[in-house]
Amino acid sequence: MEKKKFDWKKITGSREMSLVIVLIVLCLFVQIRNSSFLTSETLEDMFRNYAVIFILALGMMCVLLTGGIDISIGSTLAFSGMAAGLVMRDYMIPTPVSFLLSMAIGAGLGLVVGMIITKGKVPPIVCTLGFMNIYRGLTYLIAKSQWVAAYQFTDSFKNFALTKYLGFGLVNNMIAVTIYCYIIFFVVMKWTTIGRRVYAVGSNVEAAAVSGINIGHVKIGVYTLMGFLCGLGGALWTSLYKSAQGDMATGIEMDVIAACVVGGVSLTGGRGSVVGVFLGSLTIAIIGKALPLIGVSQFWQSAIKGLIILVAVILNVLAQRTMDKNNLRRREM
Amino acid sequence: MKKKVLSVLLAVSMIGAMLAGCGSASEQAAAPVAEETAPAKEEAPAEEAAPAEEAAPAEESGAAGEGTFALVTKSAGNPYNEREAAGFEEAMKAMGYSDSQIIIRHPESATADAQITTINELIAQNVSAIAIAANDQDALQPVCEQAASQGIKIISLDSTLNAASRLTHVNQAGTQIIGQTLMDAVKDLAGGEGQWAILSATSQASNQNAWIAAMKEVMEGEDYAGLELVEVAYGDDEYQKSVDQTQALLTNYPDLKVICAPTTVGIMAAAGVLQDKGSAVKLTGLGLPSEMADYIGTDNVCPYMYLWNPIDVGRLGAYTSVALVNGDITGAAGETFTAGEMGGYEIVEASDGGTEIIVGPPFAFTPDNIDEWKSVY
Amino acid sequence: MATKSGRTIIADQPFSWKTFFLKWEWLLVILFLGINVMNASLSEYYLSGAGLFNATNSFLEKAFVALPMAYILVLGDIDISVGSTACLSAVMLAYFYNLGVPMGLCIIICLLTGTICGAINGLILTKFTELAPMIVTLGTQILYRGIAEAMLGDEARGGLSSVKWFSNLYWGKIGIVPIMLICFIVCAVIFGFVLHKTFFGRRLYAIGANKLAAEYAGIKVQKIRMIVFTLTGTFAAVTAIFLAARMGSTRADIATGYELEAIAMAVLGGFSTDGGKGKFPGLILAIFIVGMLRYGLGLVNMASQFMLVVIGALLIITVMLPNIKSMFKVKKKA
Repeated sequence: MEKKKFDWKKITGSREMSLVIVLIVLCLFVQIRNSSFLTSETLEDMFRNYAVIFILALGMMCVLLTGGIDISIGSTLAFSGMAAGLVMRDYMIPTPVSFLLSMAIGAGLGLVVGMIITKGKVPPIVCTLGFMNIYRGLTYLIAKSQWVAAYQFTDSFKNFALTKYLGFGLVNNMIAVTIYCYIIFFVVMKWTTIGRRVYAVGSNVEAAAVSGINIGHVKIGVYTLMGFLCGLGGALWTSLYKSAQGDMATGIEMDVIAACVVGGVSLTGGRGSVVGVFLGSLTIAIIGKALPLIGVSQFWQSAIKGLIILVAVILNVLAQRTMDKNNLRRREM
Repeated sequence: MKKKVLSVLLAVSMIGAMLAGCGSASEQAAAPVAEETAPAKEEAPAEEAAPAEEAAPAEESGAAGEGTFALVTKSAGNPYNEREAAGFEEAMKAMGYSDSQIIIRHPESATADAQITTINELIAQNVSAIAIAANDQDALQPVCEQAASQGIKIISLDSTLNAASRLTHVNQAGTQIIGQTLMDAVKDLAGGEGQWAILSATSQASNQNAWIAAMKEVMEGEDYAGLELVEVAYGDDEYQKSVDQTQALLTNYPDLKVICAPTTVGIMAAAGVLQDKGSAVKLTGLGLPSEMADYIGTDNVCPYMYLWNPIDVGRLGAYTSVALVNGDITGAAGETFTAGEMGGYEIVEASDGGTEIIVGPPFAFTPDNIDEWKSVY
Repeated sequence: MATKSGRTIIADQPFSWKTFFLKWEWLLVILFLGINVMNASLSEYYLSGAGLFNATNSFLEKAFVALPMAYILVLGDIDISVGSTACLSAVMLAYFYNLGVPMGLCIIICLLTGTICGAINGLILTKFTELAPMIVTLGTQILYRGIAEAMLGDEARGGLSSVKWFSNLYWGKIGIVPIMLICFIVCAVIFGFVLHKTFFGRRLYAIGANKLAAEYAGIKVQKIRMIVFTLTGTFAAVTAIFLAARMGSTRADIATGYELEAIAMAVLGGFSTDGGKGKFPGLILAIFIVGMLRYGLGLVNMASQFMLVVIGALLIITVMLPNIKSMFKVKKKA
């Protein structure tokens, strides 16, 4: 029994190892072409700009773990970021209030999505496809097609993305928030019953129901959590770019889903880890940051990005296959 | 049996709800005007241009003249386009046209595809003239020909249609003037010589490409020999991408002196990056004063920048449409007409073989006037 | 074999008027009529002359790709690369036309491109059956558009409308009936016939209902998936042809988001993303519901921001309707 447990750990460990190797090769290649890549400044820029994707990928992982999907996140982010931005414009609220407001709005939007998926039994992709349109439309409407411009934000809000007070003076606030999120998720997903329930719902719904888990609550929970993180993302986004625009974060859902699947999260539910998601998001961030640095022609960047995603997921499958085979062989012996 | 009745009831009630939704949509749309708290003096009452009931034939309203006039902007959700629409509407009203004779449409995305659909719908409504800020100069040609064959007058404004598809083009500022102005700004900010880079919109944007071409032409002159254009980067008019591209420019060219961003999104993103980094690189280009107010200053990242007034572009678009429909002009070079309080304008030859009307030279936003303009647009 | 393959699900049931009228399609018929009544009462231009026929021109080119998308959903798969496939095919068409290749040949190149793109999707999916179609087609979605961007860069390739017959594919009419509408009807009839009246169609439902059972029953599941994904690529190219005819020129950013529109149409038509469900008349109705609704709202110049909300709500509410019914049922039992 103990031995079997050990094997499983090894497998999850090495599945992620294959991605780590790909990443190292990618980084080395970029570093050789442009030595300014692996400098603290470039890396800080990268983590700062992609903090939102890193954070959203965590929520997306939970949604995917339950066998669902959420493609409305870009619109949810825009709506909550815009709503909080408008309130700040008109009432000059303090920064923490603005963040809380944005997160609350996001959670509310996510709750609606979760309710309709579980209570209305609408397939997740259809429901979130609909809400992608609805929330985007509403974003334009509440803003009356205006943007919230830099001078309309308070200084403390604009400085949030520049200062380091949440990171104890060591790392930028944006990065600090990302790190905290990852620590919380790592602990919760690995060592608490909440985390185990999410996995249980995704890997075997019937078994989970029999064992007394309220499937509906878990599902509503993950979509609300996703919405909450979108709200956080919306506040971070507006703070980072010092501007709230109706069309912000359009298409971010594809990047976030790509980050998850590259990180080994299964779209059929039940499989995926926080470490994997981190590596997946890192891959997306490196592609976005490094390709302009090594002078890859503008026009080739999407093609390369698509190719890397495909190669990464196929490598993942191949690694899994060899491991399964080794596993079988060991069992035979 | 009950289930059947129930499902039918639900379906019927849903349709009812949708009908009600449409009705209330136009009411809601009218509301922003009253509630508007935004600082702009001419507020953009764009959406409420033609609520359902008002799609009645134009003749009923009488007033100044007959016919319905449509404006198709690049896309929804962009303040610049809203300003343009506000100008269009204001000028139409100044000429005595009623609400039902003005149609303003913002397509849901900034693509030629969405504009074609919109124009098709306008053709079905038998409008008299359409003014288009084209998302693609060639791809709209078939639909414009279709419209022209039904007697609809087609002009472009802001962003041009190709010469064959339009009667004339309302150009916010001459391409050559913009190229010259921006090059002079770059030279001034670089102190006469050094490396500089361009951060543009999408690689396919016809406006930006024309201006960049004009700048390159100007740069061939001897006065600009000390300047070296190191790269034209494309931020696709997306904030994040523009930020990434700006950071890459700074990393790749440590000796960079000036970035010129002839796009409102790009200049905003670049300004944010430069200010965050406390970089010595100077920025200029074309930007919205409200978005750029924070960055403009003598000691700031962006000492000065340019833009035209989108409200004026919309206004002149309206006057031109009306002049064409009334037969005052035909769109040929050399013709002149009076655009209300804006004064007289002349139609001139454009470089693409068609004709155009130039609104005026680009306007400089400096630390002295930015506070006054940031609340306007 | 019949029982194990899951075919019992679609086996002919005795005909009864009650079940006939309870079908999903009737809901769509009601919706369709409702939307037409609404449009006609809101805008005087809606029913005028050739207006209705012209209306079909504003959405049908996207509908071509919704036809095979329905097949894919029946299988329980999904394909989100069709927009990019259409873009790449259209770009290839214009690229080769500008090199001086005759238009007829360009169309063949366009169709070939789409077919190859679809086949690549199919190949990856059938060789690596562990991979979810969403992931693979997400990757190819970015890749195909990337290739189009790499080919054209910052340029457009145009001049296509100078070939009159090509331009007429979209703009031309026979009498007052647009040529594209005729093409669509022919394709739709063929697709509907194959799905509901042939052995191939029944296999699709069998696979969608229970992939494993279908495999045990001797159905070559992977071969059929390969065929369907390839076919989808081909029809993405058909969409590309009409799109190119519509615009007369192509860029690397055309047909963005078509995949989601096609999926929305199919789902509204009663095809579930879980597979094994859906009837073709429903799809056709859904295509016209969405298209006519958009056109009607366009005629009264509704702001596109509202349009987004209305279309999204329509999709969710319609899909939710039958479930509200079952929610009531559960409550009664309890």
